[in-house]
Amino acid sequence: MSTAKVDRRVAHSHHFDSMEQEHESGKQGVWLFMATEIMMFGGLFVGYFIYRMKYPEAWVEGGSLLSWKLGALNTLVLLFSSFTMAQAVTETMKGENKKALNLVMITTLCAFAFMVVKYFEYSGKIHHGLFPGLDIWDPSAVQNEGTRLFLLFYFLMTGLHGFHILVGVGLMFWLMKRLKNDEFSPKYYTAVEGVGLYWHIVDIIWIYLFPLMYLI
Amino acid sequence: MAHIVPVKTNAMTLGTLIVLTVITVYTAKYVDLGQFNLTLAMFIATCKALTVFLWFMHLKYDGNQNRAIIFSTLGFLALFIGFSALDLFTR
Amino acid sequence: MADTTVVDNHSSHSSGKDYLNESSGIWSWLTTIDHKRISVMYIYSIIGFFLIGGLFAILMRLELMTPEPLFMDGDTYNKAMTFHGSIMVFMVVVPGIPALLGNFLLPIMIGAKDVAFPKINLLSWYCLIFGAAVAILSLFFGGVDTGWTFYTPYSAKSAGAVSMVVLGAFIMGFSSILTGLNFIVTIHKLRAKGMTMMRLPLFVWSLYATAIIQVIATPVLGITLLLLTAERVFGVGIFDPNLGGDPVLFQHFFWFYSHPAVYIMIIPPMGIISEIISTFSQKTIFGYKAIAFSSLGISAISFLVWGHHMFVSGQSPVAATVFSVLTMLVGVPTAIKLFNWTATMYKGRVSFATPMLYALSFLSLFTIGGLTGLFLAAYAVDVHLHDTYFVVAHFHYVMLGGAIVGMIGGLFYWWPKITGKMYDEVLGRISALLVFVGFNVTFLPQFVMGSLGMPRRYHTYDGIYSAYHMTSTIGSWILTLGIFIAFYALYKAAKSGEKAPMNPWNGTTLEWTVPSPPPHENFDTVPTVTGRPYEYR
Repeated sequence: MSTAKVDRRVAHSHHFDSMEQEHESGKQGVWLFMATEIMMFGGLFVGYFIYRMKYPEAWVEGGSLLSWKLGALNTLVLLFSSFTMAQAVTETMKGENKKALNLVMITTLCAFAFMVVKYFEYSGKIHHGLFPGLDIWDPSAVQNEGTRLFLLFYFLMTGLHGFHILVGVGLMFWLMKRLKNDEFSPKYYTAVEGVGLYWHIVDIIWIYLFPLMYLI
Repeated sequence: MAHIVPVKTNAMTLGTLIVLTVITVYTAKYVDLGQFNLTLAMFIATCKALTVFLWFMHLKYDGNQNRAIIFSTLGFLALFIGFSALDLFTR
Repeated sequence: MADTTVVDNHSSHSSGKDYLNESSGIWSWLTTIDHKRISVMYIYSIIGFFLIGGLFAILMRLELMTPEPLFMDGDTYNKAMTFHGSIMVFMVVVPGIPALLGNFLLPIMIGAKDVAFPKINLLSWYCLIFGAAVAILSLFFGGVDTGWTFYTPYSAKSAGAVSMVVLGAFIMGFSSILTGLNFIVTIHKLRAKGMTMMRLPLFVWSLYATAIIQVIATPVLGITLLLLTAERVFGVGIFDPNLGGDPVLFQHFFWFYSHPAVYIMIIPPMGIISEIISTFSQKTIFGYKAIAFSSLGISAISFLVWGHHMFVSGQSPVAATVFSVLTMLVGVPTAIKLFNWTATMYKGRVSFATPMLYALSFLSLFTIGGLTGLFLAAYAVDVHLHDTYFVVAHFHYVMLGGAIVGMIGGLFYWWPKITGKMYDEVLGRISALLVFVGFNVTFLPQFVMGSLGMPRRYHTYDGIYSAYHMTSTIGSWILTLGIFIAFYALYKAAKSGEKAPMNPWNGTTLEWTVPSPPPHENFDTVPTVTGRPYEYR
């Protein structure tokens, strides 16, 4: 077990045959984890669609309570962060750890921008008694009873998504530390690629949430 | 050796995604298709998701195993939605 | 060995080092990333959980001996029932075989040094232990009386520590996901040279099919439990009809996971049975491809049938009919397996060692469990039998008679490899016999009283059922005795058994080509595989 610590930039772990095999395994592990993310959010989408078909008017009213402009702004922020993340993977694969570090930093700033916008949206809702639980809910604020369910899904889905953004920020800081220490090489970049995959999945979920919540 | 995606491709991917976002907003806000607004928005969102999968997430250059993982997952999700909806709308 | 492999395995014998004595101290176990040691930790913990869950079962059976309350009130009985169910499902049968035997065998069987992610493997053990601790501790915070299914709206309102058990199940879900993820990558990427997919041992195929379900279905359990927690903590009303929610939607969510979870429980023992039957018939497995693909078939179909748990819950008749028909389909791949196992034994040199006795007992018990499953799948019949003891008997035939019997059989079969010691054959056979007899005495009467109308989950009942209940309770004692003898035989072997040879059963899969117990990195020389497993004659 206690073999000397290997330099992961040039050598593979003991139970693999090659760096190539180790990288492919790690990447597939991340993909499988992304599959579980899709299924988990998928459950919420199932609930969303079912209640949407049950209470169509409430969904129209609910959508009008949200500001689509803020939603669109956040969409663009996330898309741009996806681009910088993808580019960070490219630079790491070329061995340019410093350039990658800057790109990951921009991605992190985008994540913060996203959360700031979210904060203003949430606090506005809660201020108007539009949080469907605890003692905050104000029934007179909406016309349809089902709107409560819409807002419930709004908070659950964007909340869980926001939680993933925060986890992503944590992962970014981890990457930045490792990039700064020059720990990656063109042959060893699984961590950067894995966080990238995670970040893109978070983006894809938002790609669906944006029209479903804000537009239609 | 793994495929390195050049910055040009990444930038074009970003461009495509932004254009599709504009189309989503435009069609949802200013084109009234009734019921089909939802279908159209989901169609565009799926195009965007595919773009991210294929280029940003490198599925275009990846092996079949990872493709199978993600697309079969989406298949199972479709079953979940489909059967639940079948029950609720035949009651 | 036939011509399966060419491995030099004499060199490591001389060094005297194996995975068990390569380092020592409790800390070297708790921080190990060796898949074999993690597997041993799973064996201890899961057997521990099994004994706790079994204790609740024995107490319940004792209470049911008489029609009047004996020593429990209704509330206590409901809690005992919930704990029995939750412990057995989430801590024993679901993690069961993949974690405790799969972990040990999968890398060796495919010629790898370890699983793909050894640290994640250890993490998944801690998830199980931590989740189980949270769930079991809820006993001291008022307990839970919802049944292991946590149906809303009751579970959203019920006092007691529902949130704690739900949190525990959520954490244990991660354990299951991580194990499944690890196994899929290991099977895809770490096979030895020459080990093509069509040369994988059938136990590995069954773990593969199981892992797919673990990865795809378990996240849905996670989100279901999160929604339930949101409902309890914030009172948001997603499953509450008063607030516009739909309680049946909870059941859709729950069974989208929990039906495939049944196959997480039963596919791995099917893999074990394939190994045992081929080895103890000393004959090539009949229909290798059919058995391998039927495992995948079962795991695919498992996602199409969850509605059969909801025939009387207000689901639409159209959906119920569709689910009823699709459920019948599960019978096809299952029957393919049963026929192939039977055909493997035909004209083989069958020997009735302990693992084979357990395998034969699996065959008959599982056949009864599976066929009664078809009765229940029929929509009209289920309306009559739903929530009766018929259902209880049916799923115990599958989960106890199938999964647990298969697991004990597998433990006996691979015990010489895991511990390096032989067990006492006489004790082993006695345990197999007692388990088989005790099991049938316990659960056969339940089919009868269920079809007569005895509802499940009641702690008192009408006197007309007392003879059946009495028989069932007596059977539970025989069953307990058998299980204790089995565990005693295993314990005694590990403590003071004779040294096991490398290949006591003349098996053909790769684990029999390494010393017992295996060295730290499994193989001294990584093997090259040149043919299929099970090439006896």
